[in-house]
Parts: sequence; C-alpha cells; structure tokens
Amino acid sequence: VNRVVRIRPTVEMPEATSDRGAHADAAARRHAVAMPVPDSILVVGGGIAGHAVCEQLTTRRPGARVTLVCAEPRLPYDRVSLGRLLAGEEAAALQLRPDDWYADRGIAVRTGVKVAALDPGAGTASLEGGEALRFDRAVLCTGSGALVPPIPGIRSEGVHVFRGPEDCAAILDAAVRGSRAAVIGGGLLGLEAAYGLAGLGCPVTVVHLMDRLMERQLDGPAAALLAPAIEALGIEVLLDHGTEEILIDARDRVRGLRFAGGRELACQLVVAAIGIRAETTLARNTGLAVERGIVVDDRMVSSHPRVLAVGECAQHRGVVHGIVAPIHDQAAVAARTLCGEDAVYAGSVPAAKLKVMGVDLVAAGLAEGPRAVAVADEVAGTYRKLIVQDGRAAGIVLLGDTRGTELLLDAVRTGAPVDDALGLLAEASQASAADLPDGAQVCNCNGVCKGAIVEAIREQGLGSTPEVVAVTRAGAGCGSCKPVVAELLAIERGSAVEAATYLCPCRRQTREELAGVVRDQAIESVSELSAACGAGRDCGACKPALAYLVSEVCGNRHREERHARYINDRVHANIQRDGTFSVIPRMRGGVTTPDELRRIADVADKYEVPMVKVTGGQRIDLLGVRKEQLPAIWEELGMPSGHAYAKAVRTVKTCVGTSFCRFGLGDSIELGVELERAMEGLYTPHKVKSSVSGCPRNCAESYVKDIGLVAVEGGWEVYVGGAAGATVRKGDLLARVDAPEDAKRLALAFLQHYREQAEYLERTYGYLERVGIEAVRAAVLDSEQQAALLERYRIAKSAADPDPWRERHAPVNPKQFAELDSESELVGPPTGAAR
Amino acid sequence: MSEPSWVPIGRAADVPLLEGRSVRFGPRRVAVFRLPGGWAAVEQACPHAGGPLSDGIVADTCVTCPLHGWRFDLGTGARVGGSERLATFAVRERDGLLELRAEAEAGLALDEAA
Repeated sequence: VNRVVRIRPTVEMPEATSDRGAHADAAARRHAVAMPVPDSILVVGGGIAGHAVCEQLTTRRPGARVTLVCAEPRLPYDRVSLGRLLAGEEAAALQLRPDDWYADRGIAVRTGVKVAALDPGAGTASLEGGEALRFDRAVLCTGSGALVPPIPGIRSEGVHVFRGPEDCAAILDAAVRGSRAAVIGGGLLGLEAAYGLAGLGCPVTVVHLMDRLMERQLDGPAAALLAPAIEALGIEVLLDHGTEEILIDARDRVRGLRFAGGRELACQLVVAAIGIRAETTLARNTGLAVERGIVVDDRMVSSHPRVLAVGECAQHRGVVHGIVAPIHDQAAVAARTLCGEDAVYAGSVPAAKLKVMGVDLVAAGLAEGPRAVAVADEVAGTYRKLIVQDGRAAGIVLLGDTRGTELLLDAVRTGAPVDDALGLLAEASQASAADLPDGAQVCNCNGVCKGAIVEAIREQGLGSTPEVVAVTRAGAGCGSCKPVVAELLAIERGSAVEAATYLCPCRRQTREELAGVVRDQAIESVSELSAACGAGRDCGACKPALAYLVSEVCGNRHREERHARYINDRVHANIQRDGTFSVIPRMRGGVTTPDELRRIADVADKYEVPMVKVTGGQRIDLLGVRKEQLPAIWEELGMPSGHAYAKAVRTVKTCVGTSFCRFGLGDSIELGVELERAMEGLYTPHKVKSSVSGCPRNCAESYVKDIGLVAVEGGWEVYVGGAAGATVRKGDLLARVDAPEDAKRLALAFLQHYREQAEYLERTYGYLERVGIEAVRAAVLDSEQQAALLERYRIAKSAADPDPWRERHAPVNPKQFAELDSESELVGPPTGAAR
Repeated sequence: MSEPSWVPIGRAADVPLLEGRSVRFGPRRVAVFRLPGGWAAVEQACPHAGGPLSDGIVADTCVTCPLHGWRFDLGTGARVGGSERLATFAVRERDGLLELRAEAEAGLALDEAA
C-alpha cells in the first residue's frame, strides 16, 4: 500500500474564528515533534461519526490540523440517547465533549453550516454562503436522515420524525398530555420513541408492518416476549398493520391513521420511525461512487483517494450500518489511514441495546442460525439465546436477563470457538467484570474495551466512576455499561475510592472540597467562594449549587446573593413556560379552613387567575400569575409561602388517620402538620416531598416519598428515599419506632443528613441508591451522631426564613417583582395577622 | 447617516449587579443586564421557546435562559454551543438613567464611561 498522506506544512488551513485559529496554531507548535503531522483534514458532519474521527485523529496525532463542519446548529451530541430529551433532559446534556475540548485539541469547528460543494481534485470545499475552505483530505460523516414513508398525509401538521433535538422539541410541544400518539415503526427507534411518548403521559400505539417487533435483531420467540413487555409499559402494539394513509381534519391536522383493510386508529400525533437512509447528496454531487451509501474500501477511502467516509453514510463491503458501535471501529481505521498507517476495517458485528426502562434487551450478530441454544422462561419473561455457526459464537439475543452481556458480546465479536453452548450461556450469567478479556468491549456506544478502561484507571490514577467516564468515554453514551465501569474501578482500586464527583464540570472540585474551603476560610457568600477557588471561569449552572452549599455549611447564617439564585428563588414563585408564575401557599399536612379557601377564591377572582388547581401534594395552585401581581396576591392570601418553587422541603401529605378513618392506627394529620412545621423553610439539595399515613393502606403514599411515615400496629415505620416521579422507587425502611415523637426525630435527623451529604440536585432516592440504606442507618440511628445531626438541624432551622413571601413588605431591591417599565401592584402595611 | 439618538429606558439603580430587567423598546422587549464591567442589552425572548432572558442567571458574560438552559454571550448575543444569535443593543448609563441607542445593530454594548 502506498503512503497516501503527504506532508505539506505550507498549506494553510483556513480557520473558523480567529481565537480558535490561534489555539490551533499554538497546539500545532506545541506538538511539533518528530511524528509526521498529517495534512489538513476537513471533517464534514458533526454527528457521532464526525466527532469520533476528530477524537481518534487528534489522539493519534496531537496537533493534527482538523476542521469540523456541522450542519446542525450545535456541537456533536449523542444522538443514540435522543430519547432522553423526551424525558425532559436538555439537548446540551447530550453534547459529547464540552466546547473547550475542541479548542484545546486545535479543532476548528463550524456549526450550523453545510458544505455545499466539494472539489477533491482542487482540495477545496465551499460552504453554504460562499466561503471556501482548503483541505488535503476530507472525511465525509454526513450520517443519515429519517426515512419518511411515502403515504398520503405524511407532510401534515402533527406528523414528526425522531431524528434530532428539533424533532424532540416539536414532539414535546405537540404531546399535550392525554393526546393519543401513534408511532409508525416497531424497530429499535420506534420503540424508544414510543417509550418517550408514554413517559409524557400520551396513550401510545406502535404500528408495525411486520408480524413481530424488531425483526431485524430478534428471532420469533424473543419478539413474542418483547411485545407483552412493551405492552406492560402501557404501550399498545399493533403488528401486521400497514399504514395506508394519515387522516387529516379540516385544518390539515392529523386525526388518525387508516390501515390496509380499512381499519382506522384515531390519534392526534404521529411519529414516523421506520428507519434511516444514508445522506449521500454531497457525495453524489462530488461524483463519488454511491450505492446505498458512499462506497468505501477497507481503509475507509471512497472512490476518490482524497476523500474518506465514515459512519451511517458509508457502505463497506455492501453493508451500511445504522447503529453506533461500528462507527467507532470505522473512525479508528479512518484516523489510521489519514496518519499514513496500514489499517484494515473488516466489518463489525452489529449489536443493539434497547434503551427502554424495565425492558432489558441486547441483540448482536445473528438472531437465528444453524445451531442455537436458548433458555426461555415465559413466566419471568426472560430469554437467552446463543447462536453458533461453524463452531463459533455468531450471535446473541438476551431479553429480560442480560447478565454476562459483555462476555457474550466479546465471544460473538471475536468469533470465539464454542463447544458447549449451554455451558457458555450459564457461565456468562455468573461472570463478573474481572472475568472479561482485556479486548472485550464494555461501552458499545463509544467503542471502549475493558483493557483501555483498566489502563486509564491505573495510569491516570482515576478514583471515581465519573472520572473514568470522562477520561475513557465508557458510559458516556446510553449509560447502560456504567455498572461495569464502576465494577472495574472497584476491582482495580478497591471499593473505598468511589468519592470524587465534581460539583460542576466548570470547576474541578468536589462538594466536600468546596465545603472545606467555606469552613476553613469562614466564607459567607457565593462571590467569596468563587473568588477563593474559582478557576476564573464560571458557567452559571453551578451558582445555585454554590448558593445552597454556602447556606448549608453556614447554617443559614450566610450572606444571601440573589444573583446566584434561580429566578424562582428571587421572586419565590415557580416560573412557567410562558414566563408567568405559580403561587402555592403553605397548607400544612394538606389541611385548610373555610376562611383560607374563601381568601384563595377571592384572590383568584380579583386577579383573574387563569387556573386554580389542586396539586399532587395536597395544595392549591394558582397558575398564570404575573410577576408584578405576586406581592399583592401574597398579601391578600395572608398565608405563608409553600416553597413549591424551591429545592426545599415541599409538602407533607397526610391521610385522615385516627381523626376520622375507621382503619386508622395513628394520628397522621397531627404528626404530618407537626413534621411540616418542623421542616418548612429548610432548603435541601433537591426538593423533599414527605407524607404521613395512618395505616399501612398508605393512602398518603408514604412508601414513595422522600420521607414517609406509616402508622403500624403499636408504632411507626420511617421510610426514606422513595419516589414516584420519573423514577419509581419504594423507600427503604430506615427504622420502626414506638412513638410519633421518635418517628419525627428520625425524619429530621435523616433530613439533616441528606442536607449535608447529598450532591446538589440529587434526590433522596438517588442518594440512597448511591450510598445504600446501611450507610444512612449508621449515620442516623447512632445516638451520638443522631444528636449531632439534630443539633445542626436546630441551628439551621432557627436561622431559616419560614416565609420569604414577607419580602413583599421589604423587597431586597426596588424592582424585585417588576421590570424596568412596570411596577408591582401595591401591598398594604404588614398586618401580622394570619401567621 | 444621522446622529445616533439615545432613548431613556429606566433607572440604573433598578437593575442589581449580575441581574437583568426587561423593558419595551420599539416593537420588542429588551433585557438589560448589569455586569461587573458595565451594561449589556439583548433581546428579551429566548429564540428557543421565548423564555424571559432577563430572569436568567448571569455568570461571566453569559446569561442562561430560565426555561431550558440555553446560554448566550451577552457581548455578542451568540448562543454558547450553537449558532443562534440574539440581537444586541447599545446601552449606556447617564446621570443614573439607562439609555438604549435607537439605531440598529451594536457590538459589545458596554457603557462608554465604564
């Protein structure tokens, strides 16, 4: 093979921006060592493939001159995890590497612009808008677009594809709670879209043309078990249904689907997820050989020697991959080719994991073959199958029980000889991370093998899972391999090292380290803390975390800086999507009076509050209030703040207990009101929802609260770490005690423990999952430690503001509740009444 | 080209340090921020979902939208990690009053006196 990379250091690379250019030059100079520097490389496409090529290339050759052109208006992100956007995550959270990473590696990045034309002979690319870039070699990573079924009505309002953040935003907008959604396509993508929609509260129907789900990855028996598992999530599955037409109403909006045979399904939202099609327009226009994808050889080089192609747009030995794992294999080969090495890509074993909570599914290689062994448990809904071809492992299907995935995937990838197929299946289910060969791929999203993870842990002295994820990228994709990463870390370093989680990526310090600075230097404000340990940069996202940290360490005797608080904590109300606010007065234990209800009704009338709603926490919510109205509304309500806008103690729900209920075993109302009074006004790492139930029937849902008390025969049970939101988790039983005072004391000790130990924005359920109930028991039940916790609770509580709404009489700044051109409505003098 | 004219929009004292407040200015609302090094003004509505940027958290020279966390550089109006760009406005403080320049486009809109 001829050396195709020439060294032409005189060719100047046009730079995206002057500062990035300066970075690139500096980086190039810094790394100007004996190693041959590749020519200037143009990477077209900012998807996972484009990013992988940049990363592989600059890792192999620091100082390589690389320009990345992204058509999407953002840096490369993890498209595999798109479903997380429907669960409420921000697109920014999926970004593969932070902004600085590109500058630090000297990669010039252009976002939001397409390459309009490529002239490989001349080595020039012209961008939309006319600007020209020069390059020596180009890598096309143009990916793929959603395949849109050619059926009537497909362009109507209410029909979406599921391909990028914009699609997710449009789906989120359209998915009004309760509107019925149909997903066309029962493959991996369609099921993930359906799962996301179901999470939004939409009744969902998956419509699939074939007679089984995921027919490309699954065999009949696995698909037959998958369908009921999906239906158990509340998603209807229609197999053998070809959609012939999307029905529209008079306003051109979707009203349903019509299937072959005439049957109809009413729906207001349609997501088409039938597959993807390689994006090859640029390659065609450039005159490259294109079939179903851009044809490449084993070095990932297209029909023009200066142009390579990687990822979903590339066709290698007749195969176009539509999943993530092969991209990394291809990118590694492409990078080596660009560096003048002889590298051969021999194809990848396709492997897929379904990212639907509660349905564990892994499929790799063949789903059916000449010889296969399967272990199926139809009652438990588990299915494990190993396919053997020519005496070697050729495929796996694991459903419901995915133990040993890495070991089996490695066997399939390497084509390991298999004599005893059942034995291998059984062995895999017992395997730990220690049993994996070094070459076994742990992270399929980012193509990271065990050896690389272990080496990074050893050589860079990594001490926590987040660090290992950040350095190796293993676990940075869908996250399903994070437990294996943590296991490897524990094997390498012993189990005691799991500690360092940075408070924020913008400052490499943990919560404990920052708390230490606050204590040692007697810091009282966020500004002082930033000055004492800032790196001169501040992302803004961590200011509320710092504000909480300072207030917690100082026992609420800190200097309050409102600029470090989220808007909700500046105006003591919850901002809504239209910029208005919601007002929830405190109603301890969910108990109110006719007089309070009259005042609420009067306020709602007088201020024409658009919506009055009873909340899940047994409160009354006034929605759609303008900022300027807040002080006057609070005044006329004459009730204290319910803190429903803050990371703070929210509510204590109660059932009626022995006061009225004939089953009641304890006075849940009295204890609930007392507990709420004892906890209110305290800020916490994340919101804290509590409840007190008068008997194990649990009408106040105490098992799924951050703190839940339950009266039982002869005493009380204290549960902590329960949740019934995006995550559902039954709380752990902290202890069973005799008297209501004991239950209250334990609840307060736990609250203080959580306030001191949890990471900011870590709910109690996450905290309990992380440290385990035993660690919490050790801290909270030990009499000496408990006394110390309760003392610190009392100190914090005594300085906590029980009612920030009193700022209506003494605003912290002149326009706290108004804009430059508005005034807040007038508030009378303090009455001191109704407290 | 005529002399730029400055339009008074409110009292400087009404905008606390590292916070913003909005004001109507011609056809749209503008968010005015007090930074340690001077003043900055950008259009109020976040291009993503119309979030009120004056209610966002300010750090360095950036503001984060309170609704979904989009972040913008207040000097250039450019979105951090994206290609969207907010309109920016020249703003200055004169005798305790804030003024916006009536003319179109402006670069880093810092107080000339600062």
